[in-house]
Amino acid sequence: MREVQLAIIGGGPAGLSAAIAAYDAGVKDLLIIERDSVPGGILNQCIHAGFGLHTFKEELTGPEYAGRFIDEVEKRNIPLLLDTMVLDFSRDKVLTVSSRSEGLQQIKAQSVILAMGCRERPRGALNIPGTRCAGIYSAGTAQRLVNMEGLMPGKEVVILGSGDIGLIMARRMTLEGARVKAVVELLPYSGGLKRNIVQCLDDFGIPLLLSHTVVDIQGTRRLEGVTIAQVDHKRRPIPGTEQQIPCDTLLLSVGLLPENELSTAAGVRMDPVTGGAQVDDELATSIPGVFACGNVLHVHDLVDFVSQEAALAGRSAAAYLLHGEEAGRSIPLVGKNGVRYTVPQSLHPETMNGPVTVRFRVAQPLQNAAICVYADDRLVRRIPKRVLAPGEMESVTLRPEDVESYTAQITFCIEEGTAQ
Amino acid sequence: MYDAIIIGGGVVGCSIARALSRYQLKLALLECSEDVCTGTSKANSAIVHAGFDAEPGTCKARFNVEGSRTMEALCQTLDVPYRRCGALVVCFDPADRPRLETLLERGRKNGVEGLEILEGEALHRREPALDQRIPAALYAPTSAIVCPFELTAAMAENAQHNGAEFYFDTCVDTVERRSDGTFVLHTDHGSFESRVVISAAGVYGDVIHNQLCPQQPRQIIPRRGEYCLLDRKDGALVRHTVFQLPGPMGKGVLVTPTVHGNLLLGPTATDQESKETTATTSAGIDLLLATAERSVPHLPTRDIITSFAGLRAHLSDGADDFVVGESAPGFYEALGIESPGLTAAPAIGVYLAQQVAARLGAAEKSDFDGTRKAIVCVRSLPFAQRKALVEAHPAYGQIICRCEQISEGEIIDAIHRGARSLDGVKRRCRAGMGRCQGGFCAPRVMELLSRELDIPQTQLTKSGKDSLLLTGHTKEVQAQ
Repeated sequence: MREVQLAIIGGGPAGLSAAIAAYDAGVKDLLIIERDSVPGGILNQCIHAGFGLHTFKEELTGPEYAGRFIDEVEKRNIPLLLDTMVLDFSRDKVLTVSSRSEGLQQIKAQSVILAMGCRERPRGALNIPGTRCAGIYSAGTAQRLVNMEGLMPGKEVVILGSGDIGLIMARRMTLEGARVKAVVELLPYSGGLKRNIVQCLDDFGIPLLLSHTVVDIQGTRRLEGVTIAQVDHKRRPIPGTEQQIPCDTLLLSVGLLPENELSTAAGVRMDPVTGGAQVDDELATSIPGVFACGNVLHVHDLVDFVSQEAALAGRSAAAYLLHGEEAGRSIPLVGKNGVRYTVPQSLHPETMNGPVTVRFRVAQPLQNAAICVYADDRLVRRIPKRVLAPGEMESVTLRPEDVESYTAQITFCIEEGTAQ
Repeated sequence: MYDAIIIGGGVVGCSIARALSRYQLKLALLECSEDVCTGTSKANSAIVHAGFDAEPGTCKARFNVEGSRTMEALCQTLDVPYRRCGALVVCFDPADRPRLETLLERGRKNGVEGLEILEGEALHRREPALDQRIPAALYAPTSAIVCPFELTAAMAENAQHNGAEFYFDTCVDTVERRSDGTFVLHTDHGSFESRVVISAAGVYGDVIHNQLCPQQPRQIIPRRGEYCLLDRKDGALVRHTVFQLPGPMGKGVLVTPTVHGNLLLGPTATDQESKETTATTSAGIDLLLATAERSVPHLPTRDIITSFAGLRAHLSDGADDFVVGESAPGFYEALGIESPGLTAAPAIGVYLAQQVAARLGAAEKSDFDGTRKAIVCVRSLPFAQRKALVEAHPAYGQIICRCEQISEGEIIDAIHRGARSLDGVKRRCRAGMGRCQGGFCAPRVMELLSRELDIPQTQLTKSGKDSLLLTGHTKEVQAQ
């Protein structure tokens, strides 16, 4: 059986960054396993600009951003197994992988970094009624067809869901000559980044219909139209508000789900809110030596933060391999009052020797509120925020001095009003 | 001139074709769609019913029980997934127990073996997922589940293997009976002549029937049934097919595992005029989920990966039975094949084939081969065997559909066996059948379809005809 110190599952932005960091921290025997024919993951189909503002202080396209990391991987001669699918990953870190060129093989790793990314929720997950004709795609599938294959999924488009991929595709389809008739969002606010609403919809005069949904799909063979309706505060369609829109294409951008089938099969403890693994401040999962980062851990908005997080996972895996496990007391990090979750979900106060970035999302859009952090009952941070939105990931950096030796729990919550 | 032409490539038509291919006959099957199994056969409960529902003495009872008895062996011969999981018919009120006994009695009269009524602890030990308040159920150990797509495709492949000709995208407009007793079938792709016509036209069965038997017109009211399919991780939630007591519109909503490990809920029952529309409705899905919850509470509905609807070919005149046989000289039909049609199909095929062969005086072939091997399923192979397969045929190492772990080799085989559309590939090898519903693999499968069939991607369809997947290439969209 092939053996390797560190196996990284996924060669997208998370896997690449984790590999570089692990290598630089001293792990030279490592391997990236990527199911596509090229590294870079989903960035390869994200040909729009806007990546890397935080990391490189410049605006790159997705493939350019990926290219910077691929160059670094190549400089270090980190091996990449391409066109290779991890079929199974066991608790004792044996990976079963399959590829055309190397066939079926097993790889025994001492440490594993999970970096498989996420997938789009399909139509079925929403139970959108109507026919099952051609012309209904998830936004990411359409993005691949248009940007990588040069194929047009349609000409008259309605987009359900205002997630970032949906917004980006509204612009892309318009630029390719299609007519985007509306972006329809169930919630009273968009789940996408504000800058994408401005640059992808407003700049092209594409209407964003909030508190609306698709209630019927028409067309026996190819899509002929959709019926949309306004929804009430319980997200139920309001009778009488139906509006039929003729179109040949419906794109769905209705949420992303971390792709954790391998992790759950291996027995990694999951967080039901994020859909990703439960991790500590080293991004270690419940299986010793197994770390998680990027969209398989929780869905990010910006790739820059994926790269940062993955670098931590890489350094942690290196520390685990080179210095052994650092056991220690673990305390939970808890999201409350409007904070849906935190990543990490726990930290080790005794081994915390530097700042820990805690990322989370709020449940509702809020104005003039504050992010508050409590160590037990003691307020350790209060960050006033003019605007908070579920579509924008928030973060707070905890410092070692925020956590006392006796601290039992750290709570993240939203308090309304900006007054101190 | 064909000896026999079969109209319809659903499970019944393909079963007839396979059974007839045993004889020295020149056979053709005409199918309107691009592939077999595109109508009722593709959207049903996938159950091999034990046979306690139908009134004794009816065609339904006869072919159901015979189908139930022979299905396991047939599935072995044709290498089709089949699992005898048993069924429970639950009642919610102790006052309904006599209705379970009626079913039990009916089943015994029909010759169904092993039926018993389970109560209390014995029932809930057998099926722990049931609502604790359910007092009793009829247990039918011979009830089973099957893959309807593969059963249909397997029978079609085997019929082809034994010489039957299949014509796809060929819609029969009119069937004319000539003075010499032979038939001319006029289609949108030319005319076909045959000595015998066998209609297995599903919801269009009445249209064919009324052309050849104008004195006894029949009408099929398509009865739509809506379903929800849950992720494979939920397939083990129930061990049995769980029915509720049947009502006037059919067997009601069931909760069942599928042979591929998914959990299936459905169907509803709504009569409609259209023979084509298989739209789901929010009212239908809501009703379906609420009804299924009564049998099995706390269903993980967030794991629903798709919902769909199928049409049952229900005869409107209240006879509540199949019509199977010779309805006019030389014209045979399987009409009104609603539930338990999937179960009954193999037996119907054998029965009609024997009649047709007798009429035509056809002898059996000496070289008939009734066996068929399935597309290899790499994910279910033991490691060493899978490794050897990939070494010999590297395309089996390349995984295209992540969710179901379907390799390029399996997809290529599916295409070579007759899949011509995205849905056809999905039905034949499950690529795109999983939790992302083709989100990742659809573009890859489209590339393979294009390459293997040598047609441009812009002509590929989701399900045949003009269900085009693409409108063209980028940079060529015309200005409005």
